[in-house]
Amino acid sequence: MDFDLTDEQSLLKDTAQRWASDTYSSIEQLTAARAEPLGFPEAKWAELAELGLLGLPFAEADGGFGGGPVETQVVMEALGRALAPEPYLASVILGGGAVRLAGSEAQKAALLPGLIDGSVRLAFAHSELQARYDLNDVATSARAVDGGFRLDGRKSVALNADAAKTLVVSARTSGDRRDEVGITLFVVPVDAAGVTLEAYATQDGGRAADVILTDVFVPADAVLGTVGAGLPVVERVVEGAIAALCAEAVGLMEALNALTVDYLKTRKQFGVAIGSFQALQHKAVDMFVALEQARSMALYAAMMVEAEDPAERRVALSAAKVQINRSARFVGQTAVQLHGGIGMTMEYIGAHHFRRLAMIELMFGDTPYHQRRVAGEGGLVAAA
Amino acid sequence: MDLRFTPEEIAFREEVRTFFHTKIPAEIRAKVSEGRKLAREDYVTSQRILNDKGWAVPNWPVAYGGQSWSAVQRYIFMEELMQAAVPLPLQFNCFMVGPVIATFGNEAQKERFLPRIKSLEDWWCQGFSEPGAGSDLASLKTRAVREGDHYIIDGQKTWTTLGQYADWMFCLARTDFEAKKQKGISFILIDMKTPGVTVRPIITIDGRHEVNEVFLDSVKVPVENLVGEENKGWDYAKFLLANERTGIARIGMSKERIARIKRLAKVTPAGAGTMWDDLDFRSRLAAVEIELKALEITQMRVVAAQATRDPTKPDPASSILKIKGSELQQATTELLVELAGPQALPASRPDAGHNDAEALFAWADAAAPVYFNHRKVSIYGGSNEIQHNVIAKAILGL
Repeated sequence: MDFDLTDEQSLLKDTAQRWASDTYSSIEQLTAARAEPLGFPEAKWAELAELGLLGLPFAEADGGFGGGPVETQVVMEALGRALAPEPYLASVILGGGAVRLAGSEAQKAALLPGLIDGSVRLAFAHSELQARYDLNDVATSARAVDGGFRLDGRKSVALNADAAKTLVVSARTSGDRRDEVGITLFVVPVDAAGVTLEAYATQDGGRAADVILTDVFVPADAVLGTVGAGLPVVERVVEGAIAALCAEAVGLMEALNALTVDYLKTRKQFGVAIGSFQALQHKAVDMFVALEQARSMALYAAMMVEAEDPAERRVALSAAKVQINRSARFVGQTAVQLHGGIGMTMEYIGAHHFRRLAMIELMFGDTPYHQRRVAGEGGLVAAA
Repeated sequence: MDLRFTPEEIAFREEVRTFFHTKIPAEIRAKVSEGRKLAREDYVTSQRILNDKGWAVPNWPVAYGGQSWSAVQRYIFMEELMQAAVPLPLQFNCFMVGPVIATFGNEAQKERFLPRIKSLEDWWCQGFSEPGAGSDLASLKTRAVREGDHYIIDGQKTWTTLGQYADWMFCLARTDFEAKKQKGISFILIDMKTPGVTVRPIITIDGRHEVNEVFLDSVKVPVENLVGEENKGWDYAKFLLANERTGIARIGMSKERIARIKRLAKVTPAGAGTMWDDLDFRSRLAAVEIELKALEITQMRVVAAQATRDPTKPDPASSILKIKGSELQQATTELLVELAGPQALPASRPDAGHNDAEALFAWADAAAPVYFNHRKVSIYGGSNEIQHNVIAKAILGL
C-alpha cells in the first residue's frame, strides 16, 4: 500500500500542472482558445507534444514513454484543473488507446509516430444515437467487398472528430444490432470518400461531431484487431476513458473547491466574510468530503483499469464512475449555490467547471447505468 | 502508487482472520452479527482470548503489552476483527483509559491498572458527558473538591455506556472553579463501588439498556487516583479522543452487514422470487457499497499518511471517516429493515430461537432495534456537525 508518486511521476505532475496553469490561468485565455476553429490552439497541441505528454501511454518500442494509468491520471488531473480544451481524451486516450490495444505493428508504425509528435490527431467514432451507453449497440454496417469493406451508418458525438485526421470507427460485420459478436474496428481517414462530419460545440466548451459514413470503402488492412471481435477492445478503450475522466473530474473539483473556499473567505455580506456562516461552512465541508471520496475512487480506477479479469475490471470502473458522477454533481451544484449570483454567469470561471462536470456525468455511462451494472454483477462486497 | 497489500500483509491478514474464525466462539460472533445483546461474559470471554494471544491492545506501547505493528497491520487487524463480527476489545479500556494511563499515569497507576484493563478484569466506563455538557464538553459542572488526601466529587454523568457492568470510571471533574472552561478540569479514576455512586439505566430508542446516568454524591476518592497533573485533564481527554481514530469509520462492520444482507436477500421471498431478484433493491445496496469502497480507500490514505504524522495530534482527515463512516453504517441498517419489510414489525417472533439464525425471518425482530440504535453513531464521538466544524476550521481555514 503506497500512495506516493515516484520521482518521475512527481516531475511529470509538475510539468503538466505548470503547462496547464501557464496556458489557461484566466477566463480570457480559455475563451480565446475555445474560439479557435477546432476549439483549441494548434500551437498548444504542439507544446503538449514537445513536453512528451502525447506519447505518454505508448510503449517505448512504439516511440512512446511507457507510462501507465497513474501517469495518465496525473496528466488528466492537471488538464482538468485548468479546463484545458485540448483533445487529449479524444486523441490520446480514445483513438490512441484503440490503436495501442488492438493495432498491428504496421498500424502502430503508421499512426503512433504522428500522434506522438503532434502532427496527426485521432478520434474514436463508436457511439450511435440509439445506443445510449450500451457499447454492444452498433447499427453501422461494414459489408465485405473485394479488397476490403464498405461502411454505412452514422456515428454520434464523436469527441473532437473535427480535429482528427484519422478516425477509429466501429461497424458491424455480422449479426444483429445489439449482438456482442460481429463488431469490427476500422481505421478510416477523415478525408476518405463518403465520410462527412457534422461538427458542433458541446455544452462544456469542447467540440464533437456526428460522423456520416456513406458507402465508404476501406481496404482489408484497415481492420483494427480481429474481424467481428471489436467489442472487447471497445470496452477496454472506454474503461481507459472512464479512468481518465475520473482523474479529470478530480482536477476540476479540486479547482472548483479552491475557488469556492476562496470566495467564502473574501465575499462580504452583513459586514462579515460569508465563510463565517456555519450553514455555508458545512456545505463547503461536504464539497471537500465529496472530492476526497472521488479522489479515492479515481485512484481505484487507475489501479483496476489494467486488472486481468474483465468482470472485476468492469465492476471497479463502474463503481468509480458512480462515485465520480455523484461527487461531480454535488460539488458542481453546491459551488454555484455558494457563489450566489456570480456563479450563474459565463464570465465566472467556476461556472465552466460546473458545466464540464455536468457533461462528464453523461459520458460513457451515467449514474443509474453504472449503478445497475455494479448491482447486476453482485456488488463489491462478497456475500460469503 | 500501489493500493495492494504486500505478501507479508496478506499473510498477516490470513493469520488474524483464521484466528478470529477459529478461536472466538461462533455464538458470540453470531450475536454481534445479528445485533443481539451481548452479556458481560461475552465481552470478557472474547477479550480474554485476544489477551492470551497478546492482541487485546495492539495499539498500546509495547512495554505495556502492545504490538510493534505498522499502521497498516493495525488497520488490517481492526478491519478483520469487525468483518469476523468479533466484539471490539472494550473501547473504554483498550482505546481510552489504557492509553491515557500508559502515557500520562505514574508508575504505581500503570502497575496497578494496566494489566487488569487489558484482561478486562476491571471493566471501565467513561464519565465525560453531563446533562448540560454534550458537544460542549468543556462546560461540565461535576466538582472535585480537595479535602486532605481525598477529592470529594459531586455531579452527574450521563450516556455512560455499559456503566451497569463497570468496576471503574474515568471521570472529568472540575478542580479549579475560577479558571475558564478547559482549564481547571482534572482526569480522575473512580471505583464504582465507592459510596455515593449511583447508576441508573436509560432505556434507549431501541428499547434496550445500553447507557446509564451516573450520580456522584459526595464520592470520596483518594488523590492517588488523579491521572497526571491536576487541572490538565482536558489535555488528556483530547489525547484520548484523538487516539486511534482510524477505526472510527467501522468499515469492516458495514461490510459484514452488507454481506449478511446479501445472504438474507437471496432467501427472502418477494414477488415471484426473492429480494435478490429485485434490481431496484440491489441497485440501492450497490450505491452504499460504492461509497463504502471509496471510504475504504480514503481510510487507507489516512492510514498511509500516519507514518509521517505526529501520532498525538488528531488528523482532521479522520473527521471525514467519522462523517461518512457513520452515514454508511446507518444506511446499511436501513437496508436491513427494508429487507425485513413488514416482518420487521414483531418485537419478538414465534420462531425465535430457530437454530439457523439466517432461516426465514428468524433474524427480522432485531432489524428495527439495530436501525434505531444506529442513529447514535452520527451523534457520539463528536457529532457529525462538530466534525464539519473541525474540517471547516482545520482543513478549509474558514
